Amino acid sequence: MLCCICKEREATVHLTQIADNKMQKVDLCEECAKNKGVNDPTGFSLADLLLGLGASQEIEQASGGADTRCPRCGFTQADFKKAGRLGCPECYKTFAEGLETLLKSMHKGTRHVGKVPDSLRQTRDLSDRLKMLQKKLAKAIEEENFEEAALLRDEIKQMNARLSNIAAT
Amino acid sequence: MDIHDFLISPAETARRKGPHDRIVMSSRVRLARNLKDAPFPGWAKKPDRLKVLDTIRPAVESLPEMKDAFSASMDSLSSLDKQILVERHLISREHAAKTSGSGLILNREETICVMVNEEDHLRMQALRPGLQLRQAWTAIDSLDSQLEKKLDYAFSPELGYLTACPTNIGTGIRVSAMLHLPGLVLAEQINPIIQSVNKLGLAVRGLYGEGTEALGNVFQVSNQMTLGESESAIVERLEKVLAQIIEHEGNARATLLEKKPKMVYNHIGRAYGILANAHSISSKETMNLLSLMRLGVDLELFPGIDRSLVDELFILTQPAHLQKQHAEKLSAEERDLLRADMVRGRLKNVSRPVVRPPAAGGSTGLDKPDK
Repeated sequence: MLCCICKEREATVHLTQIADNKMQKVDLCEECAKNKGVNDPTGFSLADLLLGLGASQEIEQASGGADTRCPRCGFTQADFKKAGRLGCPECYKTFAEGLETLLKSMHKGTRHVGKVPDSLRQTRDLSDRLKMLQKKLAKAIEEENFEEAALLRDEIKQMNARLSNIAAT
Repeated sequence: MDIHDFLISPAETARRKGPHDRIVMSSRVRLARNLKDAPFPGWAKKPDRLKVLDTIRPAVESLPEMKDAFSASMDSLSSLDKQILVERHLISREHAAKTSGSGLILNREETICVMVNEEDHLRMQALRPGLQLRQAWTAIDSLDSQLEKKLDYAFSPELGYLTACPTNIGTGIRVSAMLHLPGLVLAEQINPIIQSVNKLGLAVRGLYGEGTEALGNVFQVSNQMTLGESESAIVERLEKVLAQIIEHEGNARATLLEKKPKMVYNHIGRAYGILANAHSISSKETMNLLSLMRLGVDLELFPGIDRSLVDELFILTQPAHLQKQHAEKLSAEERDLLRADMVRGRLKNVSRPVVRPPAAGGSTGLDKPDK
């Protein structure tokens, strides 16, 4: 087995980390292991190491090769390989497919849990409510309950107005 | 304004108290945030970075918490000043390498420090002495909530706060504590502890964070994963793990004293001997020996001596702080001489460590062999 950093020397250091039932494996040669501070367990953590290893290859495969370029900032696959960082917030959309595998390997989940900016929380609550009303409306129409449908339609109209109000400010 | 007129003196910093500060030197919570319509600092061209700095700096300065804050563009600080800020754990080493287009805003109490255009547009951190993760989180959460009204954050409902590095995406939070663990190191239990902490998905790093050595038996424990777990859940998880580590460190110290008192006294006595008598000493050796003296103070082997004496030396003997006290540029060798002079001077009135009488039960004071 070849070292997954230099891809030249034989891998003699094999590391496994299990977090939340997800297993991560890295195989390194002695020299790369030393460079990465692997034999000094105090300075070592697998996530630091994994980043910039499998990451760029995964993105490359998923985004159909090294040519994908972020339309917003011009960042490419090759740049990610070099820097281990993305170019701009939009890159998360550009490279979304490949990033998903990467994020899965380094995080607890793939969907955000936790703080949401206040303005967005309002929008999100409203649009959740809107979706629910639209479902109700469809059902009311189906059941030919036109009186309720009219009420729901008015409420939806109001909601939409509030949403576009928030978007405008 | 000169940063040195602003900074709290090392003596005062060393006297700050917090829960469990015998073992937990400080708590920190940092949040990473970015502006929606700008490239991340590492990819941005200089005009973009300047624009981001010009947007963020006034927004941060206008917050009530940041009244009378120190605010500067990184190019206005000398490299020595920046190194001093690193030694005080106020900015990262990465940020110290930045120049124009990056900035720093530090509040009067040195409890909130905001780095602009480090790896992300915004790296804001709350710092507290001792174990106070929750307090630090509340403080930075409130700062962030005020800032989000003034700045347009890059946020995705699925991925949360978008960051330059995918390792920080989601909450963008890093909750960390700086721990002094000489007991676990002397008892040779530190590696298994680090490994089990790693297994829990937490990182253990050295004194200055990512990729640094654990000088002076100081370790930083922090969360690694930021996506898929809420901020309060992360804080709670860290609290639980830290409580365990604190207990293990306490046990290690007690067991060492009971089973191997001579070994403990030997280490501490020698550390004192060298620090109090050396005429040339490196920064690294100083920290490692000061760590043992700090342990000695905790074990009451230096009656009447406060821990702050050691903690102040921890700060003052680091290279940039030492250089700052001297007008002429010092070579490493010269620093070693001056460092030794300073430490000797400070320890002039500190008597050598006492030996505590063996506990009742007739211990001979000789180390018992391991079973």
